[in-house]
Amino acid sequence: MSDTHAQTVAFVRETEIPEAAPPYAATGPVKWMRENLFATPANALLTVVAAYAIYLILAPTLPWILNGVWTANSLAECREILQGATGACFAVLTERWPQLLFGFKYPSELYWRPSLAFVLLFVAVAPVLFFDLPRKLLIFTGLFPFIAYYLIWGGTIFVPILALVGCLGGYAVYQRFVTGSFAAGFFGGIAAALLIWYIGGLLIPDGASENAMLTPVPSRDLGGFMLNMMLGVTCVSLSIPIGIALALGRQSSMPLIKVVCVVFIEFIRGVPLITLLFVASVMLAYFFPPDSTVDLFLRVVIMITMFSAAYIAEVIRGGLAALPKGQYEAADSLGLDYPQAMRLIILPQALKISIPGIVNVAVGLFKDTVLVSVISMFDLLGMIRGPILASTEWNGVYWELLGFASLLFFVVCYGISQYSQWLERRLATDHR
Amino acid sequence: MAEHATQMQVSDEIAITISKMNKWYGTFHVLRDIDLTVNRGERIVICGPSGSGKSTLIRCINALEEHQQGSIEVDGTLLSSDLKNIDKIRSEVGMCFQHFNLFPHLTILENCTLAPIWVRKTPKKEAEETAMHFLEKVKIPDQAMKYPGQLSGGQQQRVAIARSLCMRPRIMLFDEPTSALDPEMIKEVLDTMIELAEEGMTMLCVTHEMGFARQVANRVIFMDAGQIVEQNEPEAFFNNPQSPRTQLFLSQILGH
Repeated sequence: MSDTHAQTVAFVRETEIPEAAPPYAATGPVKWMRENLFATPANALLTVVAAYAIYLILAPTLPWILNGVWTANSLAECREILQGATGACFAVLTERWPQLLFGFKYPSELYWRPSLAFVLLFVAVAPVLFFDLPRKLLIFTGLFPFIAYYLIWGGTIFVPILALVGCLGGYAVYQRFVTGSFAAGFFGGIAAALLIWYIGGLLIPDGASENAMLTPVPSRDLGGFMLNMMLGVTCVSLSIPIGIALALGRQSSMPLIKVVCVVFIEFIRGVPLITLLFVASVMLAYFFPPDSTVDLFLRVVIMITMFSAAYIAEVIRGGLAALPKGQYEAADSLGLDYPQAMRLIILPQALKISIPGIVNVAVGLFKDTVLVSVISMFDLLGMIRGPILASTEWNGVYWELLGFASLLFFVVCYGISQYSQWLERRLATDHR
Repeated sequence: MAEHATQMQVSDEIAITISKMNKWYGTFHVLRDIDLTVNRGERIVICGPSGSGKSTLIRCINALEEHQQGSIEVDGTLLSSDLKNIDKIRSEVGMCFQHFNLFPHLTILENCTLAPIWVRKTPKKEAEETAMHFLEKVKIPDQAMKYPGQLSGGQQQRVAIARSLCMRPRIMLFDEPTSALDPEMIKEVLDTMIELAEEGMTMLCVTHEMGFARQVANRVIFMDAGQIVEQNEPEAFFNNPQSPRTQLFLSQILGH
């Protein structure tokens, strides 16, 4: 190329200028600081102000944290050790650690049972959250609720086994009849499960729980952060499928189903959760037969699940509405029936759109589990407000306890949020 | 070009019979007394001004739209509100849409194998072989592992055609398949459709591609205001239109 132009242009470079290193101020930390912290005078001023604000915050808190006392038996002892210096009294956390985690009534020699259930929870949840893991692990996920129930509540092993058999029986009946009609399969399955549970309930001998291998622990003895985790995990995992069903029901062309779903969603969304919890703790008993004792934990689970299912249903409805009509038509035109079209085409896309909204509800739900402290269940907040702060030893240690509670919730919720962001990236296949 | 069309055989066997079919959107009378018989192997092009009901007509054939009066019989099956009947007809009738409607969350290959696996219960391996066969036919086998969003419009529409073909349909419906494409992509899609016609596929196309109609169709139908105004062989239709409405329409679209 240079040959042809050499005569016609005024200047042709024959040698390359050697590459030079960029000036010091254009690379490294100096460049970063220039661009991000001191780009303009106003920017520089803001940086200085912000640095001062950070200093104002850290100046008292850092010594408070670093100077903290970790071993003491009461607040008075803490103050003695500190001798007037600033410092936190973290001793309350170490001394009341088991109570914060398990509540004050759960037998201490049985702490290993919920701890084991907690560890197994991660194994059970992993294949659901990370779908690259082998699908066979899902069998354990299916068994986990029964194992966890047995570990936490103890008692006779017949109860979780019966529950499992009922579920399997119901599923078998559902599979048998669903090819004929969905309604026959669905209601047949439920009826079969109820029948198995009823008959099985009669078969379990009366005193089976007293001399069981694992000592039974009644629901009212559950407490601490364990209770929050149990409520959060159970209610989130129940409310997502129920929410999907409600969202689809709300779109249904069958008027009865549609009306039922709309009324349910609108009613539940219109009532504060606290009200529902009071209903669960006090009034729900009126709706059951007089001598039946439906467990308080179960009642609370039902209420929180209904509450968040209504919200999740609306979030998913938004996702469904965001899908172009062409997706439904393409699925129909290929001859897919309604359940196939929903499961293979519509829901995977609608749920993907709904992830941020669902996570929002899930995080909110998890934090809302502390509301059960209002109906005198001793969850983490209930423990702090009640037995710990009311005791003579630790009266007045607000910052440390509530800070710790916030930190626990923050870790879990931040984890959920990070997971959802990973999931969104993982599922991004539309290349828009 | 005309001899092209004569090479393609039309059999006496009837594929679709529509008689006295009427449809309303609310109180708006969209389709009025449609009578149409389609023989196996026919290539019919339906044209007409927008809002004339051409898309609605072919969408009634696979029950994407419900008709309120008259009857539609596809491959000997009468279209009724029975869902089983509808699903049966849909699996025999392929459809391509203006906006392709590929499933963006599935790869090209998965788009093509989904319906055979779930509706026809074909084993996955066999379904994948069929899919690759048809993807080769539309000349994009190398994109099989990509997602629809990574393909150009013309490629997406060809995938959509391949996806329909994987169900081995006996009839193909095309709802303005090239209207959303750039001019240079229109050709690659039309080429695919011409090839399909040459193999004897029964086709109903709603399209404004008059060159395609001349080359491939054995019958052109002109619709206006929800009724069939005129139908004829392409030569006669374009050179000697009978109704004044058709003459006006043709002068407008062929005029420039």
